[in-house]
Amino acid sequence: MSELIMSTGNKAVAAAVKMAKPLVVAAYPITPQTEIIESIADYVEAGDLKARYIPVESEHSAMTACIGASITGVRVFTATSSHGLLYMHEMLHWAAGARLPIVMGQVNRTLAPGWNIWAEHTDALSQRDTGWLQVYVSTVQEAYDATLMAFRIAEDNRVLLPVMINMDGFLLSHIMQPFEMTEPGDFIPPLDLPHKIDVNDPKGYGAMSPANVHYQFRFDMEKSMRASRTVINETEAEFAKRFGRSYAPVEEYFCDDADVIIVAMGTLGKEAEVAADLLRKEGIKAGVMRIRWLRPFPLDMNIKGKDLVVIDRDCSFGFGGVVAGEIQARYPDAKIASVIAGLGGQEVTYEDMAEFVRSRKMGTEFWFGIPQEEQ
Amino acid sequence: MYEIRIHSRGGQGGVTAARMMASAAVKDGKFATACPFYGAERRGAPIVSFVRIDDAPVRIYSQINKPEMIVILDPTVMDTVNVLDGLKEGGSIFINTHDDVDFPAGFKVYKADLTGIALREKLVVAGSPIVNTPVIGALAKLGLFTRESGVKAITETFADPRNTAAAKAAFEEVIV
Repeated sequence: MSELIMSTGNKAVAAAVKMAKPLVVAAYPITPQTEIIESIADYVEAGDLKARYIPVESEHSAMTACIGASITGVRVFTATSSHGLLYMHEMLHWAAGARLPIVMGQVNRTLAPGWNIWAEHTDALSQRDTGWLQVYVSTVQEAYDATLMAFRIAEDNRVLLPVMINMDGFLLSHIMQPFEMTEPGDFIPPLDLPHKIDVNDPKGYGAMSPANVHYQFRFDMEKSMRASRTVINETEAEFAKRFGRSYAPVEEYFCDDADVIIVAMGTLGKEAEVAADLLRKEGIKAGVMRIRWLRPFPLDMNIKGKDLVVIDRDCSFGFGGVVAGEIQARYPDAKIASVIAGLGGQEVTYEDMAEFVRSRKMGTEFWFGIPQEEQ
Repeated sequence: MYEIRIHSRGGQGGVTAARMMASAAVKDGKFATACPFYGAERRGAPIVSFVRIDDAPVRIYSQINKPEMIVILDPTVMDTVNVLDGLKEGGSIFINTHDDVDFPAGFKVYKADLTGIALREKLVVAGSPIVNTPVIGALAKLGLFTRESGVKAITETFADPRNTAAAKAAFEEVIV
């Protein structure tokens, strides 16, 4: 094993980008993501990354510049967070619809008002219908590894859709953990974009797609999103074989014999393992499912007959927790106690999560921190 | 799991101290994480940062509420901050001071005059004595990590040999 380096989540993503060698990076700074693009700018300045770094005047322009660069068939990266992501919204649909394998580091941060820079997943979840693949990571090492894998998955010709790597603001973007800066070697094959602009073979781009063809383009996206499940599995298996670190679309922790499973994403899903350890000492058979890939949505969660305590660091107002709702939609028999917790960086400890399990009321929604009589 | 909370002021290098502490522990073969309090840091304002050291990977991201040890890089923060908040019974306190300090009974108290050491070693940047590298020497003496790993953690962060010289002086000054 090579030497372990202490690094923030942000710097690990930037280091992975350096390894993946994109030719173009276009980005606009926003807390808590800024360290990613600052680090990349430093690499470019120092000549360690031979890329064109385009500082733009807004996130909308950042994504537009990425789209323009990507259509020429080169590898492209950007990063953003929160309001920056929402400002890209229109162009997120465009990037996916134009089948461009752009990779984006996305640091999950809540939305104003009031102004708050801390962790929440509502920003990325509000973009879940844009056609981007979404992975949520939970350690600095995983942030690095997932970024490397994102390029390979996005650029696979069975996918050709953009990938968003989600990382909890401050909790993961700014924590320092030891990680191994693995050299990917030829793990990421050269990009071969079948529809790239070629002056020797001119084609029209952005033309009208009338009603009799548009749905076919959309079904083709859906087919690729479905196929991406296979590509993700293959890529994660190949990564494990080469580098010894294995990941699954849903990471399971003591789920086989569990009566109750905590379901969460990001750092909450990792700390939930400590809650499960605590509960097992009390005689409660608890496990954890940490959803990593939310798009494509996991269709093979083994949850039959188990109580699920789904912790959403998000809320769809007038509906409820987004993850709880999606699980219920795809697994109609799922027994769910929904917990809304951690909004805007609200502190949620493993002890709190253990208490969610002990005091769970199946079929209800519970807002952590709100008095019972107001729920 | 051993949990440490560091009290300092913005600009004093408390977060970098946390990183060097975690890095030194990792070089000893332990697992460690370091993080700042997730706030808007301002120069001169009291800030806290955290270090967790364990024999297994650290899976906790929430804040440290019951530390085993507190490290006070600037004793003047005690005018406005209850630095002992949550410190476990029998826990350790390391404080940068040349004065006698009274803490309630039940804690192990260690001290070194890191500011004085920094001034003697001419480890001064923009008029401020640097205390975040000497503290690594002091904490090595307390057995948080080995002296060798502490030196490596410093030298990979700061090339200037005055940092390791000050850490060595602090190592020698702390009475265990």
